[in-house]
Amino acid sequence: MQLKDIYDVVVIGSGPGGLASAIQAKKEGAESVLVIERDKEPGGILNQCIHNGFGVEIFKEDMPGPKYAEMFIKEAESLGVEFMLDSMVLEITPQKKVYVTSKWYGFNEIQARAVVFAMGARERTRAQIRTPGFRPSGVYTAGTAQRLVNIEGFMPGNRFVILGSGDIGMIMARRLTLEGAKVERVLEIMPFLTGLTRNYVQCLQDFNIPLQLKHTVKRILGKNRVEAVEIVEVDENFKPVKGSEEIITADTLLLSVGLVPEIELARSVGVAIDPTILGPYVDEEMQTSIPGIFAAGNVVHIFDLVDWVTEAGFIAGKGASRYALKEKTEKVLIPIKSGNNIHHVVPQFIKKDALEKAPIKLMMRVSKPIEEKVWIELRNENNLIFRKLERYVRPGEMVVLTIPQKTYDEVFKSNTLYVSVEKFGG
Amino acid sequence: MEKFDFIIIGAGVVGAMIARSLSRYEVSLLVIEKESDVCMGTSSANTSIIHAGYDPLPGTLKAELNVKGNKLWDTLAFELGIPFKRTGDYVIGIGKEEIDGVEELYKRGVENGVNGLEILKKEEILTKLQYLNREVSLALFASSGGIVDPFQATLAPLENAVLNGAKILLETSFEDFIFNGKRIIGVKTNKGDFYSDWVINAAGLYSDKVMHKAHVHEEFTITPRKGEYYIFDRNDFSIKEVLFPVPTKASKGIMVTTTVHGNTIIGPNSHEIEDKEDTSNTEEGLTSVYEGARKLVPTINLKHVIAMFAGLRATGNARSPNPNIDYNHDYLIDILPNLGLVNIAGIESPGLASSPAIAEYVINLLKDANVKLKEKKDFNPVRKPRVRFRDLSNDERKKLVENNPSYGRIICRCENVTEGEILAEIHAPIPAKTYDALKRRTWLGTGRCQGAFDLPRVIELLSKELNLDPTEITKRGNNSKFLFRKTKEVQNAVKRYL
Repeated sequence: MQLKDIYDVVVIGSGPGGLASAIQAKKEGAESVLVIERDKEPGGILNQCIHNGFGVEIFKEDMPGPKYAEMFIKEAESLGVEFMLDSMVLEITPQKKVYVTSKWYGFNEIQARAVVFAMGARERTRAQIRTPGFRPSGVYTAGTAQRLVNIEGFMPGNRFVILGSGDIGMIMARRLTLEGAKVERVLEIMPFLTGLTRNYVQCLQDFNIPLQLKHTVKRILGKNRVEAVEIVEVDENFKPVKGSEEIITADTLLLSVGLVPEIELARSVGVAIDPTILGPYVDEEMQTSIPGIFAAGNVVHIFDLVDWVTEAGFIAGKGASRYALKEKTEKVLIPIKSGNNIHHVVPQFIKKDALEKAPIKLMMRVSKPIEEKVWIELRNENNLIFRKLERYVRPGEMVVLTIPQKTYDEVFKSNTLYVSVEKFGG
Repeated sequence: MEKFDFIIIGAGVVGAMIARSLSRYEVSLLVIEKESDVCMGTSSANTSIIHAGYDPLPGTLKAELNVKGNKLWDTLAFELGIPFKRTGDYVIGIGKEEIDGVEELYKRGVENGVNGLEILKKEEILTKLQYLNREVSLALFASSGGIVDPFQATLAPLENAVLNGAKILLETSFEDFIFNGKRIIGVKTNKGDFYSDWVINAAGLYSDKVMHKAHVHEEFTITPRKGEYYIFDRNDFSIKEVLFPVPTKASKGIMVTTTVHGNTIIGPNSHEIEDKEDTSNTEEGLTSVYEGARKLVPTINLKHVIAMFAGLRATGNARSPNPNIDYNHDYLIDILPNLGLVNIAGIESPGLASSPAIAEYVINLLKDANVKLKEKKDFNPVRKPRVRFRDLSNDERKKLVENNPSYGRIICRCENVTEGEILAEIHAPIPAKTYDALKRRTWLGTGRCQGAFDLPRVIELLSKELNLDPTEITKRGNNSKFLFRKTKEVQNAVKRYL
């Protein structure tokens, strides 16, 4: 491949968000689209997700991660999207100069007309939960362990304790069990599951792996390799309950304690970051605060389902292509704010003129679970605009609210929109 | 029978500096180290400070060697390519009750011969450092204080020694001395016997055990004092100064400081322990570090922490060699010509700062004992630092990658460490053979993701370059391997779960 000096759209990351962005950008008329990927193959983390559960929404088919990725990779290739693999973007300027380094292509400076950030997320590490004890080998994030097992083909341990009931942790519990390891326990510091209920059933219950809520790791033992972990129950304030300590023999501790958007590049170029979710603020086109720089996927906020990442990628790709082809849009923004029991909502802004076009989907997470019927409400300063019934809400499961066309007049008049969870019947 | 003029026990910073100093002379020299790499004990886990010298009690060996050592670092860092910055440092007095403490340090510093000391009033210090606790009353500024990369500070002199003919054996632990009558003629190790005219005991935390094997200083003991630390993500929280609190009897107190890599670091607390291998962090310890640091900088927030660690100070109980001083935590550095033994022990803080002066001191002890030290004609004092991709300009990067494409491939995304740098360290004069050895040399895995991204890639590179199976790659030798077996080799398939 001969690199061009200028591309209409440069997409950083070739996971589901990046692939969808690149495809859509092409379809919307962008002539040259380059996807830069740091791994040796396109597909991102999908390649290590060999479990199924992908594509149910978009393809009405249940497939493993690599297959889901392959469908998009093939489409992107057939559309003429260029891939620059095993290459790392080091820096982007607000003028959209992309500095990228590679063993194969050398050190390059590429000019983009529009950029899509699709760098995904990184995992929270031991330091972020500040677990005391020794610092031996055998403490892995669940995703690193997943790569070691599913891509490298090696077992990082035999007896596991998993901290965190996020989806990756539960999926790894099953995966490791199938490879002959013993998963002693999955611990969750919250009083509720943080991953999908479906994964609790299929990964833990079906394999008799115990889940302990309100528990955490107090200490790691073993100077060279993990030998055991001391666990402890916590109270409502996450303080250890004295006397509840238990030492579990294990050679490996997996941490599945949350994902954080990978925003170092975004931050270095200066896009505004939403402090609640640590992803860039975006509007309904997934455009960040810097014109021409878009974001798609987990780099914005952490999605539950890959299908929704793909959808966000389509939106960002479309926006990026329009921007690159110099379609002007009027920029009157309506902020969307989190109300009662809403942890965050994406997008955080919509453009007024966007209301004419495609339906606008608001994606949100609740702060606390409510195991009964509730309203998800969209309001402005004066009125209730729209509400939707949910049978329950759980922090582990994203809530989606599509703003119906018939309410656009009311939305258009609003200065600020508010979403909240309200009592059913209220 | 392999015979050397000198055997040095211990590849920490003290052993390293002595090895380098001895390699100036026409002598044969062996360094033995029990761990899988150099710089794995006290030298690897400390505050990375080159102390100015106002802290030790005037008249002690500690004071003398600290002040002398401090002055040696500019040349040393230049010759050996050690990242070193003379940042200056501050002692921050909080509240009226600490004014005396600051003034006392100033006096001590003057008496110890420290140049560039200055007392700053409340308004002055607050104008300079606006993030400080508003209760600050007085501060001491020492322009000669500095920070160093402690790993390079150990590796570089050892590598320089090796390039000048010294030999180093890792995973080689001292077991006993070999005597011929009363004189030591060698050491027994787990890797066999090695003979020498002189043995230099630089065994750090274990230096008491080593000298006791020679039946000297039976009353001398090393008590480890643990110090714990937090390291912060430089993108989230960054303080560029070196701040000490007013010290207490037990320690210099919990600092807020920076590393040469730009990461803010807080610590250490100080508590005596028994186990010389116990480098675990404790909840109480970490809490006291946080609280101590907040006394200086109230805005510190633990959510920006990227790593914690603990180090052990090799605290001895040696009386000061100066008979006029009542102090029993001084450095123990002596030569026993009849035995053929040199002891360096109790080198707690400011050991890193003092280490080059300790080496000079040892050379003088040897010369005074009429040991023949003839300068080598072809001694090369220069050890060039290896290229660091992240420190280069874009133009330099482009050129580097054109010349050697492996420098274009990033292995550690947070610290921008390239494949080329890793390969260079694996094939260096003192090869990096473990994950942590690469980490100490290249800084990979020390960023916000703490190795989550680079680990599989580093295992692959190490196994390929060292021609080892991936299951044989370790974090730091011993049993610290990462991988247990291949997948699909399920011996006891756990069908019972299905």
